[in-house]
Amino acid sequence: MGEEPLVRWDWIGRNWPEIQELLADHIIMALVPVVAGLLLALPLGLAGARWRWLYQPTVGTMNVIYSLPSLAVFIVLIPITGLATRATIIVPLTFYAMAVLIPAVVDGLTSVPEHVRQSAVAMGFTPLRRLLRVELPIAVPVVLAGLRVATVSSISLVSVGALVGRGGLGYLFIDGWQRQFPTPIVVGVVLTAILAAVADLLLVVAQRWLTPWSTARSRVREAA
Amino acid sequence: MITFDGVTKRYPDGTVAVDDLSLEVPTGEITVFVGPSGCGKTTSLRMINRMIDPSGGRILLDGVDVTTIDPPTLRRGIGYVIQQAGLFPHRKIVDNVATVPYLLGWDKKKARARAMELLERVGLDLRLAERYPFQLSGGQQQRVGVARALAADPPVLLMDEPFSAVDPIVRASLQEELLRLQAELNKTIVFVTHDIDEAIKLGDRVAVLRVGGRLAQLADPATLLAEPADDFVREFLGRDRGIRRLSFVPGDGLRLRGDLTVPVSAEVSSVRGTAEAWLVVVGDDGGPLGWIAPKDLPDSGTLAEVPAAPYGTFVRGRDSLRSALDAALLSPSGNAVAVDGSGRVVGVATREALDEALARVADGARG
Ligand SMILES: Nc1ncnc2c1ncn2[C@@H]1O[C@H](COP(=O)(O)OP(=O)(O)O)[C@@H](O)[C@H]1O
Ligand SMILES: [Mg+2]
Repeated sequence: MGEEPLVRWDWIGRNWPEIQELLADHIIMALVPVVAGLLLALPLGLAGARWRWLYQPTVGTMNVIYSLPSLAVFIVLIPITGLATRATIIVPLTFYAMAVLIPAVVDGLTSVPEHVRQSAVAMGFTPLRRLLRVELPIAVPVVLAGLRVATVSSISLVSVGALVGRGGLGYLFIDGWQRQFPTPIVVGVVLTAILAAVADLLLVVAQRWLTPWSTARSRVREAA
Repeated sequence: MITFDGVTKRYPDGTVAVDDLSLEVPTGEITVFVGPSGCGKTTSLRMINRMIDPSGGRILLDGVDVTTIDPPTLRRGIGYVIQQAGLFPHRKIVDNVATVPYLLGWDKKKARARAMELLERVGLDLRLAERYPFQLSGGQQQRVGVARALAADPPVLLMDEPFSAVDPIVRASLQEELLRLQAELNKTIVFVTHDIDEAIKLGDRVAVLRVGGRLAQLADPATLLAEPADDFVREFLGRDRGIRRLSFVPGDGLRLRGDLTVPVSAEVSSVRGTAEAWLVVVGDDGGPLGWIAPKDLPDSGTLAEVPAAPYGTFVRGRDSLRSALDAALLSPSGNAVAVDGSGRVVGVATREALDEALARVADGARG
């Protein structure tokens, strides 16, 4: 393959509709777990912040799950969710997202200064209203920092799914590798990187917009 | 009126934070709870708005046992200010101040208008309204905390070491501000501090607590200084108790002499013959210009050409004996110039007059 150029633009042109499809599939499989993970992490994180004894077991379990090789989990799930289905990818990635987001939610809630919480109580907030109007909003910067990590890692992990037949842009790696043909590999890498960068940028913009009051950039970096 | 009726608080770990506390906090006055760290001040305060419930005894708010009132409802009627201000970092200053009005369901416009009014009242620049708390200094945040506590015009205000975390100069101005506000608003205030000077400066009445949550003494500041109930209170009051007590003795009782003043337009020759060692020169507007010693005067001219020595004044009818004494110590004559509210000289309190007044105070201390 010595004479082969790194990128063959004509191949990209011919396969563009298919690339787009893979990209869309990748986005869905990467983001559904993050959204689902966030929705699940909120109540679990709330419980972990309220009942501290719950926190360590939950995070411990999540860390164990996080440490499992993704490929192994995909393979284990195939009999349940089916070969080459989105669910086979989305379910484990949801757990990975939760492993990052539950601690983020707990850290976010515990980042609410005690004197702020106390003054909310003293002014006559009911517990629910205090949670919704004071504690969760103040937790947002830390949760968003966790969301950035979860999103980027989810985008990169989807590709592994190609080994079990459903990996979004990851398919291009397998395809290029099997055919000793670099163009799809380059396209896959570049698109994955752009996707991750765009998603991260959107979250940073969201953070600036949602929390103009946050001076806690250092705290956010720490949590990330 | 807030009534503590045999109130005890025992925490689950067995700590007795407050022990059989009975006292009354009169309506429209500042009652200060003071005592060393850990003596149960915060616990006592928080039992009033039910952030903590007592394990024994009752707390009555205008005769109603507070434990019969739903906590959020109770708290919306009681302002609360704490040391770090406790402002909501994610809300603009104006919305922080409007917190309780929002909770009470006021419409947004009315709540914000009220908040602006209060910001002005506590002496804050209205341009700060649209900022976030982190953009304010500690002293400014504390003022916002006070404004927020007053927003829904609660009759009762609880303040837990509100000025302890700011530097002494800012603290002094916040204290003045509180006294000024209180003169307008007449709230029933319970103020907690570990600083006895603050307690004496702010309190209409001061409750000294000892560790273990027992009341050591409840008295107005002058009585506290003059007659500490026991060694604990005496020690807690610290040094210079006698001098500090003079702050609470009105300067009115001082005998004034009217014959020691001389107009600035007078000829030197007309005063040189007097037997007095010192005379105070009075300007055309009635205000004091300084002291002169007749025996050192030049041969001719008017007093306007004579350099006058420094002087100190106290306002008759307003300032304390301590101020008068201070004024006397500021002039070489050792006498204090008494002025009226507009700064016009009304007489001179001589060393002899001060001595008599001090003797009366000392007499009072004897029994
Ligand atoms: N939640 C709690 N559990 C157990 N002990 C407490 C609790 N809160 C306060 N205490 C104890 O009660 C005593 C009084 O505390 P506090 O009212 O905070 O005192 P102060 O405000 O005068 O410093 C202290 O000994 C303190 O350690
Ligand atoms: Mg305290």
